[in-house]
Amino acid sequence: MKSAIIEVKGVSKRYGEIHAVNAADLVIYKGEIFSLIGHNGAGKSTLFKMMLGLLQPTNGEILIRGKNVNGHAFREVKRRIGYLPENIVFYDHLTGIETLHFIGKLKGADLKTCPSLLDKMGLLKAARRPVRGYSKGMRQRLGFAQALLGEPEILFLDEPTTGLDPAGIREFYQFLQELKEQGVTIILSSHNLAQIQEQVDRIALMKMGDILTVGSVAELRQQLDLPLHIQVRLDPKAKDALRRALSGFAECELEFGEGSLMVTCNTKRKMPLLTTLATTEGVTDIQIQEPSLEDLFLGYVSRGATSQAVSALT
Amino acid sequence: MAIETKQILTIAQKEFWDRIRNRWVLAVTAIFVFFAFVISYFGSSQQGVVGFSSIELTIASLVSLAIYLVPLISLILGYDAIVGERERGSLDLLLALPITRLELLLGKYLGLSAALVFSIIAGFGAVGVFLSYQLDLEALAQYASFMLSTILMGLSFLSLSVLISVMAANKTIASGTSIALWFLFVLIYDLVLLGILVVTEGQWGGDLFPFLLLLNPADIFRILNIFGLEQVKTLYGLATVFPESLANPWLLNGAMFSWIIGPLGLAYWKFK
Repeated sequence: MKSAIIEVKGVSKRYGEIHAVNAADLVIYKGEIFSLIGHNGAGKSTLFKMMLGLLQPTNGEILIRGKNVNGHAFREVKRRIGYLPENIVFYDHLTGIETLHFIGKLKGADLKTCPSLLDKMGLLKAARRPVRGYSKGMRQRLGFAQALLGEPEILFLDEPTTGLDPAGIREFYQFLQELKEQGVTIILSSHNLAQIQEQVDRIALMKMGDILTVGSVAELRQQLDLPLHIQVRLDPKAKDALRRALSGFAECELEFGEGSLMVTCNTKRKMPLLTTLATTEGVTDIQIQEPSLEDLFLGYVSRGATSQAVSALT
Repeated sequence: MAIETKQILTIAQKEFWDRIRNRWVLAVTAIFVFFAFVISYFGSSQQGVVGFSSIELTIASLVSLAIYLVPLISLILGYDAIVGERERGSLDLLLALPITRLELLLGKYLGLSAALVFSIIAGFGAVGVFLSYQLDLEALAQYASFMLSTILMGLSFLSLSVLISVMAANKTIASGTSIALWFLFVLIYDLVLLGILVVTEGQWGGDLFPFLLLLNPADIFRILNIFGLEQVKTLYGLATVFPESLANPWLLNGAMFSWIIGPLGLAYWKFK
């Protein structure tokens, strides 16, 4: 049974004429990894900040563990919330360990955990160096370490992989999965859609202050019915034979190159297509490119979501 | 709403140690020691005397020094308290922690106050210790009360600067406003009052003037110190227009305290 941990109820934020967030409704369940996706200015950060009680909504309310984020009772909830802001800034003169001590004290966390957190983030050697000398990636790791102070139940991560190298990013997502297994609820925003799609349970697609749709990546793919791309390598002599073999797939788009073929087709035709390709003489390699979150996002944003799809999913 | 002292103290402690580490406290203490020493020794050279003359003249000279220096130092100390965090981008991180805006503001103010008070006590105190072998108990008490009023004036300007740091859109505006306030309270205010008094030949606002002086913490500081010193009372033009009835230390100190609490309260209201 899924239990709601964050409830966003009809939340709007207006700055004069500008609608930063429009009547957003959202439920985030305990233990899931949830992601807000959208271009800059889509309202992700505003919604993020409202969820943390940093900004007051113009309308509506946000409850975390049943407590209004703008109420006095929210302080207790906050002790178990970790937050990694976008482009985190520290006090340059403090060392890594001093930074954690300062934030840990305010959070009421057990300060004895600070060295092990730094160790986990690969910063133990730099613990006694001022943050001034940290690289961007090290700062991001320190940011993650401070978010983990006080054994948080909920983590808010705004663009968490900024500044990390590929190995760091992989490690980061591994760590995220570990936290999820421990029952931590994780809400993150990211521009790197390709990276996120393997990692998140559900996403909310935002555009100009509106939540277009909410669902798992699979659900959204199905909703949008995006095409599947298959990259085929073949013996150039087998070109005609392959063309004949694929004659049954008239609705698919075939693009032959020198020793290659790109098939663009409806996802529903995936299995018959693969069977045909695999059994055709001269095909040396097949690579399937599932529609990425990027395709999904571009599809939604450029075409505009049909109201049907929106109402079906939100 | 419950206030957690622990949160206030954590912020205050950081602010204070930051000022110790970046040698702010050391520098300001050195400035105070240097000027206080020079003034107490050469302050009466206009009268053709060099060396320590009397505690009253020394305090009068120190008052003239402190009235320029302390407001400026206090304003510079506090102007970026909040706007600095906001501009740097660390304010969101702080406010996402289990701390209220009131606690953050009080913590900042308390920590900065501690740095300021420490510098004043160390700086002027050092000179006081140096002078003490020439002073009797009464003179030392006078010197101590001068230091106390200097602290109060510093705290009131610090409170103003924290208000500026809450209201200003960025650090540049905050620093500009601080300097403007310094000019207003320390240089312009008295001049304008005197100007009006002279132009209207004392016809207009004469009764109002003493109260107008209470609207400037620097003037309160001056009055607090000058009225205790019979010898120098006549040296000051403005103090002579101040009626004895208003020279009540309770009233003056009360006015000074409202200059500490008022801007800070307003800062909280704006910050909220």
